[in-house]
Amino acid sequence: MTVPLLETRALCRNFGALAAARDVDFRLEAGARHALIGPNGAGKTTFINLLTGVIPPTSGAILMKGREITKVGQAQRVKLGIARTFQINRLFRRLSVLENVYIAVAERVGAAPSMFRPAGARGDVVEEAMQLLATLKLTADAGRRISELPYGRQRLVELAIALGLRPQILLLDEPAAGVPSAESHIILDAIDSLPRDIGVLIIDHDMDLVFRFAERITVMVSGAVFATGSPREIGADENVRAVYLGRAGHG
Amino acid sequence: MTPSGVRWADHPAAVALAGRHRLRAWEPIPWVLALAFYFVFPKYLGFGTELLITILFAISLDLVLGYAGIVTLGQAAFFGAGAYTVGMLAKRGIWNEPITGLVLAALVAAAVGLGSGLVLLRTGGLTLLMLTLCTMALLEEAANLAHEYTGGFDGLDSLPIAPLFGVFEFNPLYPKTQYLYVVAVLFVCFVFVRTLVYSPFGQSLTGIRENTLRMHAVGAPVRGRLVLCYTLSAAIAGVAGGIWAQANAYVNLGTLGLDRAATVLIILVLGGYGRLYGAFVGAVAYVALSHFLSKIYPTAWQLGLGLLLVVIALFARNGILGIIEAAAHRLRPPRAAS
Repeated sequence: MTVPLLETRALCRNFGALAAARDVDFRLEAGARHALIGPNGAGKTTFINLLTGVIPPTSGAILMKGREITKVGQAQRVKLGIARTFQINRLFRRLSVLENVYIAVAERVGAAPSMFRPAGARGDVVEEAMQLLATLKLTADAGRRISELPYGRQRLVELAIALGLRPQILLLDEPAAGVPSAESHIILDAIDSLPRDIGVLIIDHDMDLVFRFAERITVMVSGAVFATGSPREIGADENVRAVYLGRAGHG
Repeated sequence: MTPSGVRWADHPAAVALAGRHRLRAWEPIPWVLALAFYFVFPKYLGFGTELLITILFAISLDLVLGYAGIVTLGQAAFFGAGAYTVGMLAKRGIWNEPITGLVLAALVAAAVGLGSGLVLLRTGGLTLLMLTLCTMALLEEAANLAHEYTGGFDGLDSLPIAPLFGVFEFNPLYPKTQYLYVVAVLFVCFVFVRTLVYSPFGQSLTGIRENTLRMHAVGAPVRGRLVLCYTLSAAIAGVAGGIWAQANAYVNLGTLGLDRAATVLIILVLGGYGRLYGAFVGAVAYVALSHFLSKIYPTAWQLGLGLLLVVIALFARNGILGIIEAAAHRLRPPRAAS
């Protein structure tokens, strides 16, 4: 068996009496297109927070390419190549779209600690940020403040910031949530055209998106992995249909 | 080249980012005014010196509050640390050369900033606000108790400050030297802060201010950046305090007091924080307002100031500069808007 890009072993996280993650064994393979689904409160976002180091696990281990990173800090995990987007936009609202992406790229290339050169003098950072905006069709909005953008466009900036970190592992927490259906295809196209070598884990409630995108699906219920398999297997699984798909899915 | 065939550098947003640090045409105005003041109002140089020091102190606060978003009420802790450094060294005859004295004031204040910042900046919000206040109160009480070194409640007066460059005497009654010295120091510190806020480091500070969680998620060492910013700001406040002690030839407990910390906060709110020049505009507006209000209503002029602050907090959160920016934005031709 190959070494997975990201792996958790018996990962647990308790909030008081609530077990938000219980014995989660999970593997994200290199180049994966993996979806994580489950009813509200199943612990999906908690799982992302554990993977990115926002919160420490109560017990269990997280490994990246076979190396344990359970105790590695949040910023350091980003340097290792784990990036995420947030379920609710977390952007620099009073800065321009370009500045938002600039900040991410500057952190990645190590330009951010520099104090005595103007930010604009790092032409390499500005150029990379502009190119990234071009690939997400955000060029026309580059000079606008986030607070002036419609929500759907803001979701794209979320994605642009994450891509500016050039991740090997990309965790997308409901990337199309709150986006009007007329605009959601921009997000979907952007996700479809992500570089193939990035391992992507996507959380979403939108079953059309999940089944269109995912090559592998993990179902979480009450903090535990309920089922894992190909979209076909998951779609045909009676138990999954009972707990999740039948209730919150296509209907 | 972007896929559209347009060079990235030609895009207005990239042009704006690449050129935003360039000197704007109006930027020499405050310095021209400061020098003109010297010639036009030779009798008011003491007042002018005080005003410029207040601006310097307000700039130090703008760096932490306006750019990094650290809400503090204890900035006078560093002003006082700098002032007492100069005062105690001079009074004991250990060191009284002014310029190196300011360097020492900056170093001591930076050390206080670093030490307290490492602890304080683990917290946020109201806790942080209270802790900054506590730091300042602790220093003030320490200065009060260490009577033997600090002069306690009476402070230290008649500080023997050496002439600038060994030539220009500091005369408290006719502060020509002090005024020009303060203009020069303010200019150097301002250039430093201006360079800083337009740098990638400054950009990352605004990122922390706008969304701390996201800064963690792009891999920024958030706390380290904040501590560094806090330390640099403390050093500048220390310079302001040190130069205040030199210009007045005395130090007292007031340099560490809440009054001073609150006044610069009001100045920044009035002028507009996170805007570099808010300190200048706010300080002048504050002085002018307190002058006129106290003429109209000598016993309770602060009431008028308070009401004005309420109005600003409700309707003009970016202060006077914010109002000017909004007006300029409306008048500007739409083409340049992006």
